[in-house]
Amino acid sequence: MADVSAARKPPTRAGTPRDGSLWWIHVVLGVGGFVMAFPFLWQIVMSLSTQAEVQSVPPTFWPAQLQWDNFANVFRLLPFFSQLRVSLLMTIIQTVVQIVLCTFAGYAFARMRFHGRVFLFGVVLSILLIPSQVYLLSQYQIVQSLGWLNTLAGIVAPGLFSAFGTFLMRTAFVNLPVELEEAARLDGAGPLRIFGSVMVPLVGPAVSVLAITTILFSWNLLLWPLVVSTRADQMPLAAGLATLSGNHQIDYPVLMAASLMAMAPVLIMFIVLQRRVIDGLASTGLKG
Amino acid sequence: MAMDAARADTVTARAGGTRSDIPGRPGRRGGRASNSSRGRVGARRRTDGLWPWLFTGPLLVGVGVFYIWPILQTLWFSFTKWGAFGGASFTGISNYAAMFADPEFYRSLLNTAIYTLIVLLGVPIAVVLAWLLETPGLRFTQFYRVLFFLPYIAMPAAIALVWRIIFNGDFGVLNWAMSLVGIDGPYWIATPGFALLAVSIVGLWSSLGFSMIILGAGLKAIPRELYDAARVDGASRWRQFRSVTVPMLSPSIFFVLVVTTIGSFQLFDLLYALLGSSNPVLPQSMSVVFYFYSSGFVQNDKGLAAAVAMVIFVLIGLITLAQFRMQRRWVHQ
Repeated sequence: MADVSAARKPPTRAGTPRDGSLWWIHVVLGVGGFVMAFPFLWQIVMSLSTQAEVQSVPPTFWPAQLQWDNFANVFRLLPFFSQLRVSLLMTIIQTVVQIVLCTFAGYAFARMRFHGRVFLFGVVLSILLIPSQVYLLSQYQIVQSLGWLNTLAGIVAPGLFSAFGTFLMRTAFVNLPVELEEAARLDGAGPLRIFGSVMVPLVGPAVSVLAITTILFSWNLLLWPLVVSTRADQMPLAAGLATLSGNHQIDYPVLMAASLMAMAPVLIMFIVLQRRVIDGLASTGLKG
Repeated sequence: MAMDAARADTVTARAGGTRSDIPGRPGRRGGRASNSSRGRVGARRRTDGLWPWLFTGPLLVGVGVFYIWPILQTLWFSFTKWGAFGGASFTGISNYAAMFADPEFYRSLLNTAIYTLIVLLGVPIAVVLAWLLETPGLRFTQFYRVLFFLPYIAMPAAIALVWRIIFNGDFGVLNWAMSLVGIDGPYWIATPGFALLAVSIVGLWSSLGFSMIILGAGLKAIPRELYDAARVDGASRWRQFRSVTVPMLSPSIFFVLVVTTIGSFQLFDLLYALLGSSNPVLPQSMSVVFYFYSSGFVQNDKGLAAAVAMVIFVLIGLITLAQFRMQRRWVHQ
């Protein structure tokens, strides 16, 4: 609400904002940005504090001595490496398989002629309109009957197939000029060659958008892994951390170190690729 | 889950949207015109033989097994009762009857609605912030953008643990800050009403950045000339915001409202991680999806859970439909 009242106040020289009249915008965005970033900063501070410092009133804003041991103790709190392994494998496998399957299928739906194309694409799209709870129960049933509970296969399987990705890739191929394929066809290239050497290299941006969304989604996914894995060493990090919540005897600084380590890979990816991640996610909401 | 919802809505908003060129048929003959016409795809041309089936086959099999079949099965489940050793028997609408007779179900619906409304309060805030961020000549915009987007990227299960400590009633930094201005803060996580409020605050915090980015892209698309014209007419910056920015931005605002509503309606991760699975306030604080999870996987009543899932599906459909109806009234075309 503070933002609204600040916006209401027109700058003195309305219309020609020069650097000098922008200070109040920096104040609003700066305060807002601080609120957004505060939990992360606080997490870092707590991960380096002692348990007593975390529980002190008034709060300890900087620990007397940095407790790096907290990070080593994470491995005693939860099977971190096993869970990291599950998270990494799950994210990598889902991302790679999704990209491959969705690129092939997206191309076929965009450019190939076959009976039932519109119908089948409609069926794939319809999944997007249905909340995940609707298929969760039965997916569980399937995974259970395959004997995949508490296995990587069980955690990974449903996420290999993405209606969203198919939709995204199809849109990317639809927007490419037809002439390219026709030229390649005249040169005697077969469907596989046209697809692999001519078309796929042109949809790089869409592939990177799909990769970013899938990585974020898989890494953070909670409900499904929680349902199919009950053993701590078979869970991804998200589920491992969530099941620790509510445990009162817990060592807070170590818990903070663990949650920081669990988020780190994705946060680092974001900081490194910031523009690409933001624009990529924004584009899934707008142009496609 | 937020991502999931965002994805779903991307398409929801589009599929029903006015300027979409999604379905119908692609490429060759120009999508838009053929939008609504159906049947006889490429009747004059031959098909590409086996190739399309090789290209789409693996995806279609996976989608069939893990999505289409489960949807039909869940519908069936919702009319059955599960024995202790498997084997379902048809019981008509008894699951639905049990659900509608359960006060906790209504409570979960109400909680979800409250949560959604609070998170939606973030949309006007996001409009103002996104607009400030697009101020011509403003510096450090990329820095701000990263700050605001950070919560959206962060793993809900991990960041909720941080918030749990911030909200702590004994030594949380929030209650300390409130005590500075003379407010005696509650035990957030352990008090029924406040627990939901805490979850809502975190929900708002984590969705704000995504809304801002979508709105920012919409703002960039508004032609400069409109502002120039407004300025020539002597409009103040606030007046420009009200009379140029908001109407021109209304399609993006609408999209963000739809996405946020559907995403909020599927609240689970944050609630689970922030409150913990054994919190005594859960019965009063759970969301519909949590109710679904607890009936299906904690109490192991799969039939009831299936009925809940069907209701979630119908409700999300109805809300989205209602939003598209209202869209005609206020969204600038």
